[in-house]
Amino acid sequence: MLLGPSGCGKSTLLRTVNRLVPLQDGRVLLDEADVARADVTTLRRSIGYAIQEVGLFAHMTVGENVAIVPALLAWERSRVAARIDELLNLVHLDPHRYRDRYPRELSGGEQQRVGVARAIAARPPVLLMDEPFGAVDAIVRASLQEETRQIARTLQTTILFVTHDVEEALRLADRLVVLRDGKVEQYDTPLAILSAPATPYVGRLLDARDVIRRLSLLRVRDAMVPGTSDATMPEILADASLRDALDAFLSGAETLAVRAGASRIGTIAYENVRRALRAQTAVGTLP
Amino acid sequence: MNYLFAHLPKVGTLLAQHVVLVGTALALSIAIALPLGILAARNRRIATPLLGTLGALYTIPSLALLALLVEYVGLGFWTAIAALVTYAQFILVRNVAAGLRGVPAAQVEAARGLGMTSAQRFWRVELPLAFPVMLGGVRLATISMIAIATLAAYVGAGGLGTLIFEGLDRQYPAEALAGSIPAALLAVLADALFRALERRWTRHLTPRAAG
Repeated sequence: MLLGPSGCGKSTLLRTVNRLVPLQDGRVLLDEADVARADVTTLRRSIGYAIQEVGLFAHMTVGENVAIVPALLAWERSRVAARIDELLNLVHLDPHRYRDRYPRELSGGEQQRVGVARAIAARPPVLLMDEPFGAVDAIVRASLQEETRQIARTLQTTILFVTHDVEEALRLADRLVVLRDGKVEQYDTPLAILSAPATPYVGRLLDARDVIRRLSLLRVRDAMVPGTSDATMPEILADASLRDALDAFLSGAETLAVRAGASRIGTIAYENVRRALRAQTAVGTLP
Repeated sequence: MNYLFAHLPKVGTLLAQHVVLVGTALALSIAIALPLGILAARNRRIATPLLGTLGALYTIPSLALLALLVEYVGLGFWTAIAALVTYAQFILVRNVAAGLRGVPAAQVEAARGLGMTSAQRFWRVELPLAFPVMLGGVRLATISMIAIATLAAYVGAGGLGTLIFEGLDRQYPAEALAGSIPAALLAVLADALFRALERRWTRHLTPRAAG
């Protein structure tokens, strides 16, 4: 995840990976291989690319758009057809309804879904996304973010994602690069960056003192006390955030039972939340 | 009208000549204008002087241009073709260039990023998206060529102009009308045909300015 204000060079950096921007100096390595040595057309076909403006081809149907890269790679017709339906299902568009429609008949959110499907059509190991959800409304954006996270997990795709939206970065990133004026300010996990901003700029940008924001990155599973729980305790899911737990405590709960799947695996109390936050801050501030 | 029906075979032959003149000129014009238009779309430094020159040629009165061509090329079919091609260039090159420049940047960017070669990008994305504007140019060029081709008779290239000139010479309006009415109908027909093609092509595209 590349995060920074507009004009900081995050898009440029992203575009050096598929060589839409030529490198003047330095190297970009993909799986140890220098992208500068690869054939540029082959390289681009092996890297997914989705942009904010989407850029669906207006004269092609949704199906034809999605099938672009497989067609360029000369897949068999039947395989392409099957892949189109599979992809549209993956991005939650009913193939029967959408396959033969044209881009201008779609809403912004639907277009972006098709754009994502097109980008991952040939199963690229790497996907570049340049502010892909910048032009859709907040509700659609949230669901697209969630779907993107699921897609990345199911397909085992590495996503390099550009955004200027701090919330989006914190929600989606495994690792975060904070950029400013073409320079990397900090590179780490979102939590580590929030806990210990490397520069005052990073701290300001992420509003690192915001405890609630940090709690939303910590999970109940990691702060709970394993063991048995009382049947009368209210429950919380192991994968919920400590922010959710705090909500429950603030609305009157004393101790919560932690549920993972069908069983209860432990308990969590307000004290555990505090301790987790303190421990994490202590670790974060170590040199 | 009487003249027209009395001399139907003659009018038919001249009409056919007219269509061949315009058709040949159109094919040649497009073959020349397409590369020029692509050049103008990609290179603004070439675009300005090129369109300026073609625009200047376009303003020469057609009769004067034909007289000039007779001086150098002589009389006949190809003289008329040369004049028609010259006139069509301005409209065609301008529309080819405008069409290509009007292709949305995001779609070109996506085509590059997805790994199309520049040839694939041109044939699969840029040309189809620019096509409606180009077709608008072809429509306008065809209509003006149908009109200008009546002057072909003046350089001995035949066509419906033959009847118009003969009719004027003999002060016989019916004969002149037998030339001008089919020419006008031909222009209306060509216009309708190309408009239908444009509509068919733009059905799925976002509305864009006509050429």
